[in-house]
Amino acid sequence: MQRNPQLNENGELQHLLSIEGLPREILTQILDTAESFAGVTEREVKKVPLLRGKSVFNLFFEASTRTRTTFEIAAKRLSADVINLNIAVSSATKGESLLDTVANLSAMQADIFVVRHASSGAPFLIARHVKPHEHVINAGDGRHAHPTQGLLDLFTIRHYKKDFSKLTVAIVGDVLHSRVARSLIHGLTTLGAPEVRVIGPQTLMPAGVEALGVRVFHDMKAGLKDADVVVMLRLQNERMRGALLPSAQEYFKHYGLTLDKLALARKDAIVMHPGPMNRGVEIDSNVADGPHSVILPQVTFGIAVRMAVMSIVAGN
Amino acid sequence: MKLLIKNGRVVDPASGKDAVGDVYVADGKIAESFAKADKTIDAKGLVVSPGFIDLSARLREPGFEYKATLESEMNAAVAGGVTSLACPPDTDPPLDEPGLVDMLRRRAKSLERARVYPIGALTVKLEGSALTEMGQLADAGCVAFSQANAPFADTQVLWRALQYAATFGFSTWLRAQDPWLAKGGVAHDGDVATRLGLPGIPAFAETIALGTLLELVRATRARVHICRLSSAGAVEMMRAAKKEGLPVSCDVGIHYVHLCDRDLGYFDANCRLDPPLRSQRDRDALAQALADGVIDCLCSDHTPVDDDGKHLPFAEAEVGATGLELLLPLTLKWGAARKLNLAATLARITSEPARILGTASGKLAAGAPADIAIFDPQAPFRVSAETLKSQGKNTPFVGHELQGRVRTTIVAGNVVYEA
Repeated sequence: MQRNPQLNENGELQHLLSIEGLPREILTQILDTAESFAGVTEREVKKVPLLRGKSVFNLFFEASTRTRTTFEIAAKRLSADVINLNIAVSSATKGESLLDTVANLSAMQADIFVVRHASSGAPFLIARHVKPHEHVINAGDGRHAHPTQGLLDLFTIRHYKKDFSKLTVAIVGDVLHSRVARSLIHGLTTLGAPEVRVIGPQTLMPAGVEALGVRVFHDMKAGLKDADVVVMLRLQNERMRGALLPSAQEYFKHYGLTLDKLALARKDAIVMHPGPMNRGVEIDSNVADGPHSVILPQVTFGIAVRMAVMSIVAGN
Repeated sequence: MKLLIKNGRVVDPASGKDAVGDVYVADGKIAESFAKADKTIDAKGLVVSPGFIDLSARLREPGFEYKATLESEMNAAVAGGVTSLACPPDTDPPLDEPGLVDMLRRRAKSLERARVYPIGALTVKLEGSALTEMGQLADAGCVAFSQANAPFADTQVLWRALQYAATFGFSTWLRAQDPWLAKGGVAHDGDVATRLGLPGIPAFAETIALGTLLELVRATRARVHICRLSSAGAVEMMRAAKKEGLPVSCDVGIHYVHLCDRDLGYFDANCRLDPPLRSQRDRDALAQALADGVIDCLCSDHTPVDDDGKHLPFAEAEVGATGLELLLPLTLKWGAARKLNLAATLARITSEPARILGTASGKLAAGAPADIAIFDPQAPFRVSAETLKSQGKNTPFVGHELQGRVRTTIVAGNVVYEA
């Protein structure tokens, strides 16, 4: 097998494509760097000059508001120039190929490509074809990976729980289609979390998911027992009714997070959600807005984490 | 024209012969002997074998000339020692009319390379609904009928197609894949697809469809050749079906006895194949079943794809791999790994596919068509865009070092390729 395409010859982070295969040291470096940037975002002048003169191209082949915006804010706080391209409604519909689009943007002197694409692996393809000084950051590809989301989830967990080595983390919902779940699972297993659980019906569990180092639960109550961290996944609208699930109501009954179910977790458990939330489908408003919820801090931490990732890859 | 091939290691899988000797060719056929040759080829240190027979090679004409042309792929065939090949009907338009078949055969014949055996479409436009005029297609030269990788509209059409083919004694060559279970899938449904976030095709998409096919063979007694087995479960079903005496045979593609889903690595689009590469256990079962004889033969499943079709995210990339020129080296590699002798190894690409195709080629017996491959089994080469004659450079083996190079290819007594 070829070398991990994210790392350069020195084993440093050249691109961020997936958390899978990254050594613990690099994950810790990103989280520590994000820690130092968290202060910047609270200052009155929220800027550092680390990426001054650099161009960050936000290449979104799939719609996104939150991720694109937080990448944009992060790049601007690093003093980079940010160009947002909503490819979903431009080149792709004119028939231009993915690699042609990238080659054209590369000719416009890009330094960092932030890529979101509906196809798993698309950022790997781009990373194989960019120039040596260009960096690719995966902002979500198909069902495969969403590494900056995974990192901000890890940052959030570390912020509230300090130590991964005794944690029980329960990830609930549509694991089958979730790049967020995959990235978080790889991050948690790399950082030494001893018990990672996935909870959901068989129809939303991918084949052989145990091989990722998780325990599978179909009964949410059993899965939540004594959990330190509960991560709720978004259920896409189009999956709420059909061959995977009969209805949003029935899903909520079995797998929606309510105060009753949350009471089975540890008293100091935190509740996370990558957003956007479907209140009343995967999570009850009492929980989303309650004292255990750290859903909004996740968004704030996301900026510092993305600043950290961009500054690290640009420096390598 | 009398041709003498002397001093070669003559390997004839049909008779089990493996000895240094001479091969005589006269009037396009293998001869016992003759006094004076018009031309002599010294094959010292080389293997002289029947030319290879490939049960599935896409030549991309008509319709996909931007991916490959008949000429480029026929050159690739003889460079790989392939002297006979069957081509699936999934051209554009599909081979569902006698005129198309006739044109393909004449174009192929005019190139004077390998023998081309067209496989006719079993249903009109390969849409899986209406039967083609199999009688007329057979008259035009179709040796069998197939759906290629296209599904049937429903099981009733499959049943009727087998009944009709059985009535007239036509062979059908069919894939076993349930189209609904495979819907949307691009990789074997297992932990690799789960890690890569690729939609999966479960192994039971194959075994369920194979169960249906075997039951219909039992009912209709149609002769069915099952193409491209991919799972250990299907191997066991074929073993039982053959033991039962059903009129079935099967093949496996060269990639499936060497590769598995782990070889997808970081989304290698060259590993985007149909059926998908499955688990290591499946790969090992296929390689063993080919040695046991449960699987009758190997085919290249040659499918040239241009760069535009492969420089895409994995799920969007076109399926297929180039294979004609890798058939020999990958067969040798398989045989060596299974510790088979050369005759037994080469049987899977000579005498065995000849039996399924119903051709007199594939052996070196006197009177047989003089289709011969002369090759150096040890010669190393690195697979690359430069070393491949096929217009398709798409193979998971690109960059690999393989052994086995063809030096001379002879079809009907004529030298059609010399390295």
